[in-house]
Amino acid sequence: MAETVIHTENLTRKFGNFTAVDAISFEVSKGEIFGFLGANGAGKTTAMRILCGLLAPTSGVAKVAGYDVYTETENIKKHIGYMSQKFSLYNNLTVRENIHFFGGIYGIPKRELKEKSEELISRLGLTQEADKLVGSLPLGWKQKISFSTAILHEPKIVFLDEPTGGVDPITRRQFWDMIYEAAHRGITVFVTTHYMDEAEYCDRVSIMVDGAIAALDTPEELRNQFEAKDMDEVFLRLARGAKRGE
Amino acid sequence: MAEPVEATSEVEDMSRVSIQNITKTYEKGTVTALDDVSLEVESGELFGLIGPDGAGKTTLFRILTTLLKPDEGKAEVNGFDVVDDFWEIRKIVGYMPGKFSLYQDLSIIENLNFFATVFETTVEENYHLIKDIYVQIEPFKDRLAGALSGGMKQKLALCCALIHEPKVLFLDEPTTGVDPVSRKEFWDMLDLLKARGITIIVSTPYMDEASRCDRIALMQDGKIMEIDRLENILEKHRQPTYSVKGTDRHRLIQDIRSFDQTDSCFAFGEDNHVVFKDSPATDSLLHFLGEKGHMNLTVHEVMPDIEDVFIKLMLEQENHG
Amino acid sequence: MKLFLAFVKKEFQHLLRDRRSMMILIGLPVMMMLLFGFALSSEVKNSSIGILDNAKDESSRMLIDRLDHSQYFSVVKFLDREQEIDQTFRRGEVRIVVIFPPNFDHDLRHSNSAQIRFVGDASDPNTSNIVINYASAVVRDFQNELFGTMKMPYQITTETRMLYNPQLKSSYNFVPGVMTLILMLLGAMMTSVSIVKEKEMGTMEILLVSPMKPLLVVLSKAVPYLALCFVDVILILLMAVFILDMPIAGSLPLLLAESLLFILTTLALGLLISANVESQQVAMFISLVGFLMPALVFSGFMFPIENMPKPMQIISNIVPTKWYYSIVRAIMVKGLGFSYVAKQTGILVVMTVIFFVAAIKKFKVRLE
Repeated sequence: MAETVIHTENLTRKFGNFTAVDAISFEVSKGEIFGFLGANGAGKTTAMRILCGLLAPTSGVAKVAGYDVYTETENIKKHIGYMSQKFSLYNNLTVRENIHFFGGIYGIPKRELKEKSEELISRLGLTQEADKLVGSLPLGWKQKISFSTAILHEPKIVFLDEPTGGVDPITRRQFWDMIYEAAHRGITVFVTTHYMDEAEYCDRVSIMVDGAIAALDTPEELRNQFEAKDMDEVFLRLARGAKRGE
Repeated sequence: MAEPVEATSEVEDMSRVSIQNITKTYEKGTVTALDDVSLEVESGELFGLIGPDGAGKTTLFRILTTLLKPDEGKAEVNGFDVVDDFWEIRKIVGYMPGKFSLYQDLSIIENLNFFATVFETTVEENYHLIKDIYVQIEPFKDRLAGALSGGMKQKLALCCALIHEPKVLFLDEPTTGVDPVSRKEFWDMLDLLKARGITIIVSTPYMDEASRCDRIALMQDGKIMEIDRLENILEKHRQPTYSVKGTDRHRLIQDIRSFDQTDSCFAFGEDNHVVFKDSPATDSLLHFLGEKGHMNLTVHEVMPDIEDVFIKLMLEQENHG
Repeated sequence: MKLFLAFVKKEFQHLLRDRRSMMILIGLPVMMMLLFGFALSSEVKNSSIGILDNAKDESSRMLIDRLDHSQYFSVVKFLDREQEIDQTFRRGEVRIVVIFPPNFDHDLRHSNSAQIRFVGDASDPNTSNIVINYASAVVRDFQNELFGTMKMPYQITTETRMLYNPQLKSSYNFVPGVMTLILMLLGAMMTSVSIVKEKEMGTMEILLVSPMKPLLVVLSKAVPYLALCFVDVILILLMAVFILDMPIAGSLPLLLAESLLFILTTLALGLLISANVESQQVAMFISLVGFLMPALVFSGFMFPIENMPKPMQIISNIVPTKWYYSIVRAIMVKGLGFSYVAKQTGILVVMTVIFFVAAIKKFKVRLE
């Protein structure tokens, strides 16, 4: 059995009377691609914030990369990468500057950072664009750079919040190629998406409904379990039963 | 449902949208947002502009809603020119921008009343238009818009865009970032509006929503790659496509791509869609993959869907450019 | 008109729900008035003075008594020798020392050439100057009382009368200043920020795609701020009259009318800013640095314009705050009528018209 990198047990977060995350328990192994699905407002974002050490849970247990989310958030932040669709890179810095900046934040030593960023730039085929402002690049490129930057420091886990929203179908798949590569290197990928075909690309998928995990298994098992032709159908079955509005 | 395209175009061609050779650049001509785009939308049609971010959808909407002037070309909404008759157009169109653009510090009912007044009407007068949508958010009508969930904001925005009984409705990526359930509900609402005869142009990056439109335009890099009914587009660009499945997916895709007969291979949900260069070479592909150590392989032909076509058109465009 | 009212209503709703803006609109004037009125007062009250009385006669005692009983001074120390003066200043015990010559009474009554010396602590020149001025005034009063009825053919008195503000109350200076600054700040900044906010939020996009004329959007934005700035003027005047005991010498209606004009000037400036920028931060930055700083420097409130180099004096003419400040001082402090402020009023009217026209010309009916 592979090493467990995320472990939660009855993890709960309340905001006043509202239980955003309701006693969720799951484990994610090293190198796994874990799809974290749910309708808007099902509690995904809250759960993800807790796991990233940005928000303290109300009760329950959660360990990320072996560190406790209550007491060791600083250590968690050192061992994870994070990328979201809303904020990824600084538009008014060049590609190279962005990579240097984010690499620096994660404490990569200067010499190593220089090597790594040059290697990354050539691997992404961005040698020509390295000194262009990120703002001038197409969204797909930004997302690729942003993802590469988030894993530059070889974190144990990378959290991806809707990384492919609005990206063209080819770039979207290239992005998933990069996810596979990262997972192959042993980086655990924790990803949310609204594209149900992407749920199929995950090793395992959890679907949150009303703050709780309504289903968690491999895409194949979920399809069989719900007698559905694809993940879209699985999702619709589960999420239609949601009681609370978004 | 009846086909409104033919029905109304015979009677009068009023609420149609016509775009001829529109070009629009930004940053002093260095960035081309729209490149010689032409498009006709018939009265009563539910028309979809489908393409990723940066395809030029928002720019096209802004030109049609008279917010931007095209550099070149001509566009008309309802027979009014978007540059010369912009005041006329502003009276008859409804517009929902991509970003939620209502007053966050006003309540649902205050927003609605305000926009009704802006268009010189009242909520009561046009209540029948928004009723189906509004009843869903009415229980929260005194809540501030800023405190609403994504789905409710979207419904409110749609109500506000509808309150003056527009002839043409422009919806810029109304479903982006919205979960599949809410997306389906939203399209159901659009069907209701279409039944009232409102011409609707909607943009989306989600290819699967193409099936909800009467006709679609596939956009990429400021160009329209194809305009037609979904079935026609699928038919026109149909090419033999095979699904290949196996266990070690990532390696499998890479190995399929390295096979010399493979033209393209992309993941599609649980499948991997393969298009061959010349004639289908499934047997030799299986043999090739077997040698690479892949097991539990299955192959069968599949019907290409809209994403297959979009990818095909993108690849063609890249090869030409 | 109905449309316009709907807009104004909406603007009031925005404002009243935005606690931060309301705090600024109401809190800032109150805070500035209190700060200038009490904490930062340059006015003299109960200043400590020292006395070196070499005469110790009837007249000197009378004068010392007079000084001590005035509300401006309190005698805290009697010195014996001139050598002690230095020491006393060093300890910071007194602001000035008043030195009576020997035979003060005699000199005063018989030779008319009695001399009193004031020694001030010039490490704080402004305060010492003011305190010495006050002390001189007390001495002169004393002198007048003493000889008021007597004929004094050869007496030469140099008299510095502080016109309009005999007690040198600093409120006479800062109340017009605070009014000028507050209106400039709130009128220009709040208006421009609120319009630019619509651009940032994307609501401007929807408003543009409507049959409504952009001018209406802009004007309706200005109305609530016009009202609130006017409330601020009244608030400041009330505080000036009732808390700081500063009477309004001239005509109140004239003062209010001139204030209304200046509010319009600042609103027009705010509109002009908002027509040219796309983000709230830039709007705020321009209002603060581009307008408030010059307003502060060139209004004549903090630094007298006459003392500036010629080029700066010329620049000050294009700063609207200079004119309003001078109008308020003329009406409020000097009690002058309209004919004395007609020129300034005319300049403000011209400026307002120019700003409005420029703002409307700049305002776009499209996004670009």
